[in-house]
Amino acid sequence: MTEIEIRKAMQDELGEIVKQELNNIAPEVDLATVDPAADLREAVDIDSMDFLNLVTALHHRTGIDIPETDYPKLVTVSGIVAYLGAKLQSAKA
Amino acid sequence: MVEFLMPSLGADMEAGTLVEWLVKPGDRVKRGNIVAVVETQKGAIEIETFQAGQIENLLVDVNSKVPVGTPLALIRTEGEEGAAVAAPAPPVPTPVPVPTAPPTIAVPSPPPPPIGAPMPPPLVPAVAGRLPASPAARRLAAERGIDLSIITGSGPGGAIVYVDVERQFGAAPPPAEKRRAGWLDLAAMRTAIAAAMARSKRDIPHYYLEHQIDVTPCENWLAEKNAALPPDSRLLIGALALKAVALAIHRFPAFNGFYLDNKFEPSKAVNVGVAIAIRGGGLAAPALHDADQLSLHDLMSGMRDLVQRTRSGRIRSSEMSDPTITVSSLGERGVEALYGIIYPPQVAIVGFGKVVTRPWIVDGAIGPRSVVTMTLAGDHRVTDGHAGALFLAEIGKFLQEPEKL
Repeated sequence: MTEIEIRKAMQDELGEIVKQELNNIAPEVDLATVDPAADLREAVDIDSMDFLNLVTALHHRTGIDIPETDYPKLVTVSGIVAYLGAKLQSAKA
Repeated sequence: MVEFLMPSLGADMEAGTLVEWLVKPGDRVKRGNIVAVVETQKGAIEIETFQAGQIENLLVDVNSKVPVGTPLALIRTEGEEGAAVAAPAPPVPTPVPVPTAPPTIAVPSPPPPPIGAPMPPPLVPAVAGRLPASPAARRLAAERGIDLSIITGSGPGGAIVYVDVERQFGAAPPPAEKRRAGWLDLAAMRTAIAAAMARSKRDIPHYYLEHQIDVTPCENWLAEKNAALPPDSRLLIGALALKAVALAIHRFPAFNGFYLDNKFEPSKAVNVGVAIAIRGGGLAAPALHDADQLSLHDLMSGMRDLVQRTRSGRIRSSEMSDPTITVSSLGERGVEALYGIIYPPQVAIVGFGKVVTRPWIVDGAIGPRSVVTMTLAGDHRVTDGHAGALFLAEIGKFLQEPEKL
């Protein structure tokens, strides 16, 4: 696989993990209808407790440390995927 | 011998449907054990016993709907030698007539595993001689005349869950509108909320107060504390607010307790009802027991567990009937203030709006600070605005020194 293909595969996998964990938190929401660029708090009716549960789950699934100061980067699904991807890349480098 | 009664799980409940027995005659139970599951307008509630002993007899069949106060079982207490003496039943709050919606089952896949929260008790305890199956699965099977023994369970410990019964008969999945874990029926919940709030507005002479406080000290303290903690252990500002209310009650006990039979009975225990919004439009305020005694860490874990179980429809009976005061927080979204309606027979509700950045004067200079508007709805039959004002101010003082909470 080329570097680009590897990156694409990683993005897809991270996207799947984020969707699964969001589904655990809001099982009644059809995530297929959620715009990846939409603010999750609005689109999925996520509150601070749900968000903390999401961060906790992502931390357990990926091992990535997610400090509170990075929360503003985790507002959308695509933002979360990009953030986790960048963290994994920098961990490898 | 004591009677185990259909409990009143809030002022708005007049009857409940027994959907599952988790004990059988001869079983020993301890105080706090969950012995049955009752379906109410607020979802399926796990009913605990307050009496230790041995189950003598089950008096009500599964799927029966009975009024509050109906004996469900007889419990032989420790030391009784078979003498059948009925102990006086605990007083039951007068039920308010409420139009009861027929109980319906929304969905019943097992709730998702809680994240970072203590595991709730197993959904389906294996009862000897009985196929393990969830209440909803049993019910669906009964409705369709299906023999459970022909079904292979996919739930915990091989238990038969709703989807297994459904699969067996190729039933269509429930519409997306109703797809949620547990047994929450939002329409029935709305009916229950309406009845309780109408009663409150009719019977309780509310007065309202509001007070703005600077919560910058809380935010700074939390940022520093949480930076060193993994996500499972991080605290939210809502936990500080809850603890501050619980501690303030020590000096202001007249806001904590029940108004019953034309008089106020203060409660020694501080069981704070936590208002929890349910996605799709629902609300419940189960109790966090002895919130004043819990460390912030334990209080936060308790809140996470309570929110998770409430949203998946697994609240315990004592949590529904026990709150002695309610706290409602709007969280980071929404507006700056909320004016609550007291949940009878309680006598107060404290509200917290969202945190906003405002110009504020500290030590003679104007600067940006994080400000929250707290509100109190109090019951004029018990307290006046003067006491209410001191109570709110006390809560605000506690929030200026988060390290002492």
